[in-house]
Amino acid sequence: MKKAHILESCSQQQCCGLCCTKIENFGVTLGNTEILKNVNLHIHCGELTAIIGPNGAGKSTLIKAILGEVAHTGSLKYVQAQQRAYQDPVIGYVPQSLNLDSTSPTSVLDLFLSCRSRFPAWIIKRRKEVEKIKEKLAVVKADHLINRRLGALSGGELQRVLLALALDPVPDMLLLDEPVSGIDKNGMELFYETVSALREAYDLTIILVSHDLDMVQRYADRVVLLNQSVLKAGPPDEVLQSQSFYDTFSLGWQKQKYTEGDKN
Amino acid sequence: MEFWYRLLEILPFEWAKAGQMIFMKNALLSIILLTPIFALLGTMVVNNRMSFFSDALGHGAFTGVAIGGLLGFVQPIGSAVLFSIIFAFLIALIKHKSKMASDTVIGVFSSTAIALGIFLATLGGKNFAKLNTYLIGDILSITPKEIALIAIVLLLVTVFWLLVFNRLLMVSVNQSLAGSRGIHTFWYEVIFSCAVAIIVTVSMSWIGLLVINSFLVLPAASARNIAQNQRQYHLLAVIFSVFSGISGLVLSYYIETATGSTIVIISAIIFFITYGLRKKFA
Repeated sequence: MKKAHILESCSQQQCCGLCCTKIENFGVTLGNTEILKNVNLHIHCGELTAIIGPNGAGKSTLIKAILGEVAHTGSLKYVQAQQRAYQDPVIGYVPQSLNLDSTSPTSVLDLFLSCRSRFPAWIIKRRKEVEKIKEKLAVVKADHLINRRLGALSGGELQRVLLALALDPVPDMLLLDEPVSGIDKNGMELFYETVSALREAYDLTIILVSHDLDMVQRYADRVVLLNQSVLKAGPPDEVLQSQSFYDTFSLGWQKQKYTEGDKN
Repeated sequence: MEFWYRLLEILPFEWAKAGQMIFMKNALLSIILLTPIFALLGTMVVNNRMSFFSDALGHGAFTGVAIGGLLGFVQPIGSAVLFSIIFAFLIALIKHKSKMASDTVIGVFSSTAIALGIFLATLGGKNFAKLNTYLIGDILSITPKEIALIAIVLLLVTVFWLLVFNRLLMVSVNQSLAGSRGIHTFWYEVIFSCAVAIIVTVSMSWIGLLVINSFLVLPAASARNIAQNQRQYHLLAVIFSVFSGISGLVLSYYIETATGSTIVIISAIIFFITYGLRKKFA
């Protein structure tokens, strides 16, 4: 009920900064290593915010801190319309990978059954449930995978299945931690298209850790360049052309090349 | 029990005749009740890569028996259960808190427990021999009272499995994912570890510490070779477990071997057969 209300108030008022997530002064220290410090972000709902940065920049840690799995300093506020803070939004999470071995007899159906209800997945599958799960999978074009084992899926297929799972129930916020590798270009394209369509359909807040700058440029509304703290945030073009971006990814030579090219 | 003895009379075996070999009939019933428990819990032990962990729990249970003996209990099973629950909790806690590889943590606890057990058992020049029954196990010594205990445990484990299996599966698939759905992953791990600890401790004196871990691991590992989903996985694990239990007991009667190890050898044969067949089912 709560969520329906939020979604409604968002769509009525175009959601321009009316419902958002505020990350203020975030810091994460694991052991003696300061992984994140001074992270300030303002994330609007209905927007796809992509987090980019080099390896070890703390991207996945930021996601885990938002999930509450890693202890953090600073505050995390969810604000809905009329600036009222609300607690405990429903969060959908797509992990980078699963920690099961590829021979595990856990099918896509089993995963959904175990998440959706307490009715034990090892006893029997109820036909009604199976139909519903098929519908959920169809949203990400993965309904044909329902009886496959999780270990037998390709990287792209697994990612879509996990996305469908994260959307059930429809969350207020979707956190996606993209795998570093193992997804083919077509799978990637399909994934981004699906996420993009979802953002419009459900008015979701989407935070996506991405490694593919090309996809980020095409699909993200906002880009956050992260390396311990936020180096740059803004529209894709702005961030991907910024000095901080070139410095972080050590692409100085490339910028030089481009500017020289302009001169000629 | 009378009903059970009557029922067995229809079997063609010599020991199944009326009024004979009561211990064999008791053992058979207890095996039929025990093996499904191990099969159910074993599926998750293998899922969570805990086969080494459950082995360590057996060692902890042994220490519990030694402590119980030291305190002068006639039946040290109570203190053993208590100690192995504490032991299981400690391993889970340290595994959770420390960044050490979990096999190292388990290795440290496992060897400490077995050393402490032997140390306490032999303290003051006592003879270790009376503890041999915990190492090798003797299913033929089981009493009807103990069978009733197993029946209750089977009932409890089944209810437990109905209630928490879904959550346990989610935790085993991905902890963060389970966490994002409001599951306290650490406590589910602890509950499961304690359940395994209790079962291992209670049945140690019948099956034998040295082979008890195979009761958990082998049926599930065999089922895993050919199962495609959780329903097949559970069904096959239970079938393999009960089958090797019954055939192992009967076989050990005729060839006069220790029952526990005979059962494990049959389980192992099933494992290698399913391993050979795995490509046909993949």
